[in-house]
Amino acid sequence: MNIPVLTLTLLSPILAAFVIMFIPKEEDKLCKWVAAAGTGTALLLSLYVYFGYDQSVGGLQWVDFGGPVPWIRDLGVSWYMAVDGLSLPMLLLTNLIGFTAVFASWNITLRAKELMIYLLVLIAGVMGTFIAQDLFIFLLFYEVVVIPIYIMVIIWGSSKRVTKEYAGMKLTIYLLIGSAFLLVGVIAIFVQALQITGVPNMSFEALSRVAFPEQFQIYMFALLLIGFGSLLSMWPFHSWSPDGYAGAPTAVSMIHAGVLKKIGGYGLIRFAVFVLPLGAKFWAPYIAVLGVIGVAYAAMGALAQKDLKYVVGYSSVSHMGYVLLGVATLGVVGVNGAVANMFAHGVMAALFFSMIGFIYEKTHTRWIPDLGGISHYAPRLSVGFMMAAMASLGLPGLVSFIPEFTIFVESFKVYGILAVLAIAGIIITALYVLRAGANTLFGPAREEYKDIKDIRGPELVPLVVLGGVLVIGGILPSLLFDMVNSGVAPILAHINEALQLGGR
Amino acid sequence: MVEFALGHAWLVPLLPALAFVLIVFLTRPWPKLSSSIAIAAMASSFVLAASIAYGVFTNPHFIEEPLVYSLRWFGMEGFTVNVGVKLDPTSAMMLFMVSLVATLIQIYSTGYMKGDPQYSVFFSYLSLFAASMLGLVIASNLLQMFIMWELVGLCSYLLIGFYTFKISAREAAKKAFMTTRIGDFGMLLGLLFLQIIFGTLDLVELAQRVPNYEQYGLSLGLLTFIAILVFIGPIGKSGQFPLHVWLPDAMEGPTPVSALIHAATMVVAGVYLVGRTMFLFTEVPGAMEVVAFIGAFTALFAATIAITQREIKRILAYSTVSQLGYMMLALGVGSLSASMFHLWTHAFFKALMFLAAGSVLHALHDKADVWKMGGLIKKMPITGWTFVIGGLAIAGIPPFAGFWSKDEILAVTMEYAQHGHGLGYVLFAMAAFTAFLTAFYMWRMIFLAFFGAEKPENHPHESPLSMTFPLMVLAVFATVGGLIGTPWANAWGQWIHFGHPHAAAPAYGLMALSVVLALAGIGLAYTLYCKDTEKQRAQQLAEKYPTLYKISYNKYYIDELYQWFNQKVVDGGAKVLYWFDIHVVDKFINDMSELTGLTGKGFRYFQTGKLQTYALVFFLGLLVITVVLAFGDPTSAGIMGGVK
Amino acid sequence: MGTGLNPSYFIGLSAALFLIGAFGVISKKNAIAVLISIELMLSAVNINLVAMNKFFTPDAFFGQVFAIFIITVAAAEVGLGLAIVIAIHRKRHSVNLDDFDLMKW
Repeated sequence: MNIPVLTLTLLSPILAAFVIMFIPKEEDKLCKWVAAAGTGTALLLSLYVYFGYDQSVGGLQWVDFGGPVPWIRDLGVSWYMAVDGLSLPMLLLTNLIGFTAVFASWNITLRAKELMIYLLVLIAGVMGTFIAQDLFIFLLFYEVVVIPIYIMVIIWGSSKRVTKEYAGMKLTIYLLIGSAFLLVGVIAIFVQALQITGVPNMSFEALSRVAFPEQFQIYMFALLLIGFGSLLSMWPFHSWSPDGYAGAPTAVSMIHAGVLKKIGGYGLIRFAVFVLPLGAKFWAPYIAVLGVIGVAYAAMGALAQKDLKYVVGYSSVSHMGYVLLGVATLGVVGVNGAVANMFAHGVMAALFFSMIGFIYEKTHTRWIPDLGGISHYAPRLSVGFMMAAMASLGLPGLVSFIPEFTIFVESFKVYGILAVLAIAGIIITALYVLRAGANTLFGPAREEYKDIKDIRGPELVPLVVLGGVLVIGGILPSLLFDMVNSGVAPILAHINEALQLGGR
Repeated sequence: MVEFALGHAWLVPLLPALAFVLIVFLTRPWPKLSSSIAIAAMASSFVLAASIAYGVFTNPHFIEEPLVYSLRWFGMEGFTVNVGVKLDPTSAMMLFMVSLVATLIQIYSTGYMKGDPQYSVFFSYLSLFAASMLGLVIASNLLQMFIMWELVGLCSYLLIGFYTFKISAREAAKKAFMTTRIGDFGMLLGLLFLQIIFGTLDLVELAQRVPNYEQYGLSLGLLTFIAILVFIGPIGKSGQFPLHVWLPDAMEGPTPVSALIHAATMVVAGVYLVGRTMFLFTEVPGAMEVVAFIGAFTALFAATIAITQREIKRILAYSTVSQLGYMMLALGVGSLSASMFHLWTHAFFKALMFLAAGSVLHALHDKADVWKMGGLIKKMPITGWTFVIGGLAIAGIPPFAGFWSKDEILAVTMEYAQHGHGLGYVLFAMAAFTAFLTAFYMWRMIFLAFFGAEKPENHPHESPLSMTFPLMVLAVFATVGGLIGTPWANAWGQWIHFGHPHAAAPAYGLMALSVVLALAGIGLAYTLYCKDTEKQRAQQLAEKYPTLYKISYNKYYIDELYQWFNQKVVDGGAKVLYWFDIHVVDKFINDMSELTGLTGKGFRYFQTGKLQTYALVFFLGLLVITVVLAFGDPTSAGIMGGVK
Repeated sequence: MGTGLNPSYFIGLSAALFLIGAFGVISKKNAIAVLISIELMLSAVNINLVAMNKFFTPDAFFGQVFAIFIITVAAAEVGLGLAIVIAIHRKRHSVNLDDFDLMKW
């Protein structure tokens, strides 16, 4: 591989941001087109990588520059960009959502130039976390993400139950606290690994080969769990999620709920579970309990909401509970389900938020009792909303059903009655999703909304792209699952090996 | 053709699915074109399905060896799912029936939905529904079946709520989805159990493995539990007690939908599913008793509600619930063939009655109360007489279709009782009494709506041919459809059965009994609602027993119970949890940040602004360090900067 | 080496001078006096530097060089300090340090 495709993928939004800097700020349409071109290029590249990946070989492929390029030798940090079946769906997801998020912000005219720049930096940051195979670079990109989010929320956000300043602060502080826990864990793990092996190396692979003592693994895993868990809105570290999404502008909600959250789940599998299998074994039942509480609790929470964004905010907490439950099974089927569910939820949540964004833009309200009968004036918008709603309640034929089903299979096997509680979540999910959907879209046509225009032109991009993925992923789950499996199976093989060796 | 059809059975659901895609993406602005595409696709499906049925019913080896082919859908270590086709007489019969009824109803809809602004959308939904239903029928795998099962649920949701401007339609659609969802939850658990224990959801493989359940470390009790879990799905889908509440409300949808989905096809999916998993149920007598009892109870229960309802479609809906109960009862007593037979005949006569009711509503501009109709048969002869044929069929008058299937169910129930199941006699009594009630409420409706004096404020007119043609076809099937399963030459039972074919001698006593019951019901209805032109006696009866009347009219207050549960328990719980989230979890987080703020506030008093204070602290600090370095022991000095 | 001259005298002198200066910095209210006290402390340091140089590295001139640096810096510092004091006095008509606590919390 002579061309560093992944680095190029990462650079294309950055390049676009750079170009936008030189465009006069009055030309906001041009800024948006450049942003669309940058994210579109990244999307095409990631599709190329996705379908060029050889699943039969597996492992890390598309390694940029033929291998790790040393960066900070004393810390063993290197520029190590590569993908496997775990990273690829996430990479693709990031670019799908990034691309559509540009179009979801199409009608924003307030400081559109800056918005696009921040958005592109944000997308690049998220992408970097998924393709970096080096722990340090992973953390670096994670920190890159935080700042644009804060700025975007407090400038372009909206104040409802809480002010946008509060929401932005809450999001940011949570992300930072999570990363503080992570940092402690990362440093401790690095130092310990250095003492055991004598060679500084920050790559996930190298760290996973280090045999850490069991007690150490248990303590460190707890730190990482809090770090990644608060990012994944694990109960009880979830309360940033509804407020944050409600305050954030559409594009941020899409990216945050769609992919940023998934860094938590991705990191949990890629780093915490992979490097610390004994710790994972110890904490798995607790993760499962927290996951199940998250599912049921947040679903009930969503039921009590009247603001559309809060409904989806709580719903995403609930869905992340399934992901946690899947990871906690530590079995191939369950973890496959968890990863696939992250992808599915990402697509679904992004579609949901973009549709809510359009509804808000056109009706100036997200308060469900004030809405109703939207489908008479905006049928395409309603189709998008319904598709997201149906995916959210796990309708077969859409991408989210099979992942949920696989999680259920494995977690039911491992945790029995606990899993039943989580499965019961599908009923409550159906209840709140249908309620929100029906009360927003259906019912008598309202006079005050008769002038709203259906989505059209560039506004259709989120619906077409994300809706298309929802359906294709639902009809051909093997497109997603074979890929995920090729990444997850080796990781779990490694873990099982470690578990058999490691028993004190 | 037959070979091709057998080898390409997946085309049967695929064609309507393609029609759906075409209509949605291309032809939506042109209603006529859309409906033509939908009907063409559906008719081609029907031709294929008919060829398949021909192929299956001319080759007796299909009885024992179903034709199965499949391909890998997705998979991973320890969990692989194939999708495929399973063709045997049962599925061939269903394919034929579903595609026939769907084709007829689409033709009917061209008349019924004429001029509706959402005309194309309606046909796209109907096509999607037909695709999912046919997919359900041919599924070779329980997961595949479950997927189609949910998709038909989705279509049902969309079609019940088709008139999106009506709040009642919106609520009914939601209710239907939620209620069946509860059933699906149980079924999903059952499927998970099966997958985890037997490692497959493939129908053929399961059928081989389930009888040896003990090898898989399973007790009879647990298997019974699994079977009951699976059965919860059909309870929801087929409107069995206590999850029947959605079906009558589902009549908010356009009438062709009620006929297609909520009478002839989708609601029997539950029955069909139990029929497909008979290998599981026959292993566990406990679960079979549950099925039989719920079936019989539902049959009776719904019939007692139907006798006091006033809206024409609502009466038909409760009658559907009741008839579905019959089918479940037949399954519960172990007779797949009786159940499927009733499913077959019921599909025709119930679709017929719904379509005829739709024709009436069409003529009366959606006036649904039967008490406000009367004498319609003079102005609407085709509708009226076909409805009467349906009424004769459902009441069980020979030689109409319903007689044979209902008689078969009564016969197998009796046989079940005679084989040492004491419960069987109770079931039989319930079924027989239901037969009487069925005849009564059905004919009450017919006499009120079609006979008697005409109401001057109504101006009925016969519907166009596009609507009456399906009525006539269905009327033919409702008349002769049962003749293939008469006790003298029971071709049906030979082809569609589970275990050994049921070959009992004709039970003339039973036949006589069922005819007498039917005639008694019709006679009672005649005396109360036709001969007595003022209908005084009927009202006197209602006034004499007000409690009974009210309970029946208000459907045993089950809706109210659910509503209470939903509003108080579920929503209340949600509110409590939300309160908890805001005032406990989030409060804790906010308090933490408050604490951080307070700490900062406290510490800032060190900042006096007086330079000399800082200098003093500075010097004192220096002094302490100096003293420690000079006189302290080396370890404590280590803290100060690593000096050894 | 002179017989009577022993480093402790110099250290004692410079320590005393330094402490006197420190006391002045902490306790004087007048800004000018504080500046003078700072000068005292710097002188104490200078004495120390020169003396130590003499006793420990008589061949090199590190101490002297440092002392000259300090003298230069001290001169600049006191110039600046006086300028600030004069500027403040013009504005507030006071050189009492207790009057200047605008930088508190």
